[in-house]
Order: sequence, then C-alpha cells, then structure tokens
Amino acid sequence: MTALSGSRLTPRESSRRIALFVQPTLRMLNNNNELTATTTPLVKIRGLTFHRGGRLIFDNVDIDIPCGAITGIMGPSGCGKTTLLRLIGGQLKPAAGTVEFDGMVINRLRRPQLFEVRKRMGMLFQSGALLTDMNLFDNIAFPLREHTALPESMIHDLVIMKLEAVGLRGARYLMPSELSGGMARRAALARAIALDPEMIMYDEPFTGQDPISMGMLIRLIKRTNDALGLTSIMVSHDVAETASIADYIYVLSDGKVVGQGTPDEIRDSDSEWVRQFMDAKPDGPVPFHYPAPPYDDELLTERDGS
Amino acid sequence: MIGGFVEFLRFLGRFGLGFFERLGRAHLFLLSLLVCLPAVVRRWRLVVLQIYSVGFLSLIIIVVSGLFVGMVLGLQGYNTLVDFGAEESLGVLVALSLVRELGPVVSALLFAGRAGSALTAEIGLMKATEQLSAMEMMAVDPFKRVIGPRFMAGFISMPLLAAMFSAVGVMGGYFVGVGLLGVDDGAFWSQMQSAVELREDILNGVIKSIVFGIAVTWIAVFEGYDTVPTSEGISRATTRTVVNSSLAILGLDFILTALMFN
Repeated sequence: MTALSGSRLTPRESSRRIALFVQPTLRMLNNNNELTATTTPLVKIRGLTFHRGGRLIFDNVDIDIPCGAITGIMGPSGCGKTTLLRLIGGQLKPAAGTVEFDGMVINRLRRPQLFEVRKRMGMLFQSGALLTDMNLFDNIAFPLREHTALPESMIHDLVIMKLEAVGLRGARYLMPSELSGGMARRAALARAIALDPEMIMYDEPFTGQDPISMGMLIRLIKRTNDALGLTSIMVSHDVAETASIADYIYVLSDGKVVGQGTPDEIRDSDSEWVRQFMDAKPDGPVPFHYPAPPYDDELLTERDGS
Repeated sequence: MIGGFVEFLRFLGRFGLGFFERLGRAHLFLLSLLVCLPAVVRRWRLVVLQIYSVGFLSLIIIVVSGLFVGMVLGLQGYNTLVDFGAEESLGVLVALSLVRELGPVVSALLFAGRAGSALTAEIGLMKATEQLSAMEMMAVDPFKRVIGPRFMAGFISMPLLAAMFSAVGVMGGYFVGVGLLGVDDGAFWSQMQSAVELREDILNGVIKSIVFGIAVTWIAVFEGYDTVPTSEGISRATTRTVVNSSLAILGLDFILTALMFN
C-alpha cells in the first residue's frame, strides 16, 4: 500500500505521490476491486505474556494476523482483547514474548521508529476518540496535516473523499459532540484510513450500535478492507456480526487462545470454552461467579453483634 | 499494640514510596517535555492559541484582583504611613510590595486556580476519552501537540500576567492614595521612580513569576497526563493541581526571596 510515510514532504514530492494516494480511496468508492487475503502473517505474536496489576492477562499466547484478511479476536469481556490491540500498536509492552509487525519487533522499537511504524497502522477506538476541539473535517485532516506537507486544496479533496466513503460528507462542519455514536465511529474510520494505512485495528466497533448503524458499519468495514486491500484486526464480542465478515477468528479466554479457525470452524468447534461463548451460556469454563468463599459459609458465619 | 505500630510503619512506607515514585515520574515527565520543546517552538501557532486560552482568558481575574489588591495596599499603607508623616512614600510602598511579592505570588495563585485547573481537567478528559491514545496511534506525539504548547504558553503568560497585575495594582494604589486620600501626585510618582530599581526589584519579580509559571504549568499538565481516567480521577487531579501549585508557589517564593533579597 502507498502510505504517505516518512518525514514531512515537500509540496512537489507530495504532489507526485498524490495520485498514488488518491487511488485507493477511489477504489473504495467504486468498490469493484476485491483483493484476496494472503497467508503471510503481517502481525506475528509469539509467547506473549502480559500482566496488569498482578493479574495475568496473556499467558504465552501465539497469534498470527494474515495479510489482507479480516481477523476477528473474540472473547468475553475483560479477557484482554483491547489490551491485545494496544500491545500490537506498541502502547503497552509485554512482560515476555514478541509482537512482530512486518518483521519488526514492535516491543523493541524506540519511540521514533515506533511512530514511523504507526503511520502504517490505523486504529478505530471504541469511543471514536475524535478530537473534541475540532470539527469533523479537521479531525480527518489532522493526520494529513501532521504528517504531510500537502497543500490545503489537496487535503480538502482527500478529506472529502474519505468522508464520502463513510457517508459523512455533508456532516463535515459538525463537532464531535453533535454526532451520534454510529456517525462518530464512521468518522473515526475515515480518520483511521486518512493516511492510507496497511492495517486497521477495530476496537469493539459494534458495541452500543442500533441495527441500522451496525449493518452500515459491517458493510463499511468489509468494503474498506476489500477495496483498500487492508489487513484488519477486529476485536469484538458480537458473535454473529464478527463471524459474518471475518476470514479467521481467534477466541481468547482466561489469558489463552481457546479456539481459532474460520468462522465455520469456530461455529462447529466442540471446545467447551468456544461453545460457551458462541452459544452465550451464562456458566461454564468462564464462571458466572467472581471467585469468592463458599456462599453457605459466608451466610452462616457468626458476625459481631449477631 | 505492636500490630498497630507495624501497620503504621507500613502506611508510612507505602506513603513514602508512593510519594517518591510520583515525584520521579513527574521529573521524567518534565524531562520529556523539555526534550520536546524545540519541536513545540516550530508549532508556534499552537503555542499562540494556548497563550490565548491560558493567558488572555485569565486576564480579567488578574486585572480585577490586581486593582483591588492595589487599592487595599493604598488604604492600609496610607493609614500606617500617615502616623509617621510619610504618606508621600505611599507610591514606593505600593510599588515595591507589588513588584517584589504580591504581583508574582498572587497572580500565580490566581493563575493556578483559573488556568492550572483548566489545563489539568482538559488533558485529563482527553486521556479519559482516549484522545491522547488516538494521537499516539496516529503517530502524533501528544507531548509535542498537546502538552508542550500548553506548558510553553503557561510560562510565557505568567510573567506577563504578573506584570499586568502589578501595573494595575499601582494604578489602584494611586487611585486610592492620590485620588481619594489626597497624597501628593508628584511625590507619589517621583518617590516610586527613585526607589524602585530595575534589576533589584523588577527583574527579580519577573524571575519569580517565570519560576512560578514553570512550576504551576508543570504541575497542571503532569496532573492531567497522570490522572486516573475516570470522573473521580479527574476531580482529584484538578484538586491536587490547585493545592500542590499553591504550596509550590509559596515555598518557592520563600526560597527565591531568601536568595534574591538576602
């Protein structure tokens, strides 16, 4: 993919690259260029161990994110799905193991190198995380203005294209506080693809969405991935929605990968962990009760004053 | 009894470790900020925007407070000086009090309450709503884009605000002393002119206000950046900014006064 990476470009250099830069967006608008996934992993996680506050979040986990595909990361709340995205983005460092992105070990990169790598990634936060002191247009233009020296007229055209792709061209002057949840996520998607990254990470993109917004987001994520030939990592606990667009799924629980495969393989899995999650059973390997002393003991124990 | 004592020792240990850990983090934070400053200077437009929001918008409270402080100084000073027949020295008293002490200190305290708390709340909310994380993921360093410009705006604005406070305070003292109480106009200004020295008084006052500006803004942006990203966390961080800044201003004022005026 053609990312406008590197240090600030001169207007001449920027103009030379603009055609390459605009091309993917046009492809996305036309939606007629489906790219197929390759089996080469873009992200390779090996022996990942991570603790937080004394709690083990990941215990020697191996995950491969294939290039050009949508990979779903599913699992119950609190199993570390969002933490995994932050580890891939280098915002957190693992206690042990490696997170490789295109052959580079993210957790060993220095800050400037890490920032260069991040220009090749986009991330859609659960809340949208739009900058609240700017309108929608400036939010989408933000990464372009920060990392390129494109003239304002070109930035305008690029932003309009990205906004058109997510259906928000008419909302360009709205402030983030004036957007609905679904609109905020679509706007965040437009911002995530502003620098035309190679990979996008979606953090719970469907949470709290009405059916219309959810359908719109599913279509948009699928279309964006196919049209731009992206690699997508989608963290979600929405089983049906994730299974409908993911090419490969990992199910995480209790700090481990408890199941993996294509959506069909996951649906047919006989692993207790996967079955509990896919069939929405309230109790199973993931217990309903938070660890506690026996119920009877607690009720029958004499307390002071009783 | 022994158990209680051990528990007390544990509490002291935890408190001490927590305090020094936080102090260390704050200094590492300041180091990162200073490293980023050249990049912040190149983004001077952001600094100007922040000077507007941190400095210019604090002007009203600074000017009004300065006026009243100057007027009170005029009244109190006149009542004391008139007993010794030295009311012509009112200009000197008002000007020296303001330029050396009250200008830098009171304006810094007001600045901590008005701008410092706002900086902490703004940065804390940006953290809570993942805006800082989003910037990092867009390969934009929040230190250069958010924290640095605010820090720089703080220490540029502070001496200007202190100067404004002192100037308006002198006018307040003049209004009360000359306008209402009948102190001689010429004596008020001429004695002030001959007694207030540029290096000894004004420059030292400016140095004080720069130091206070750095301290207050450092505390404010650090508390915002280090906040627990919840509503309670932001509330605590804002309170800590005002309390710690005020204590830092008064403590630093004593040290600086001792060093400057011996």
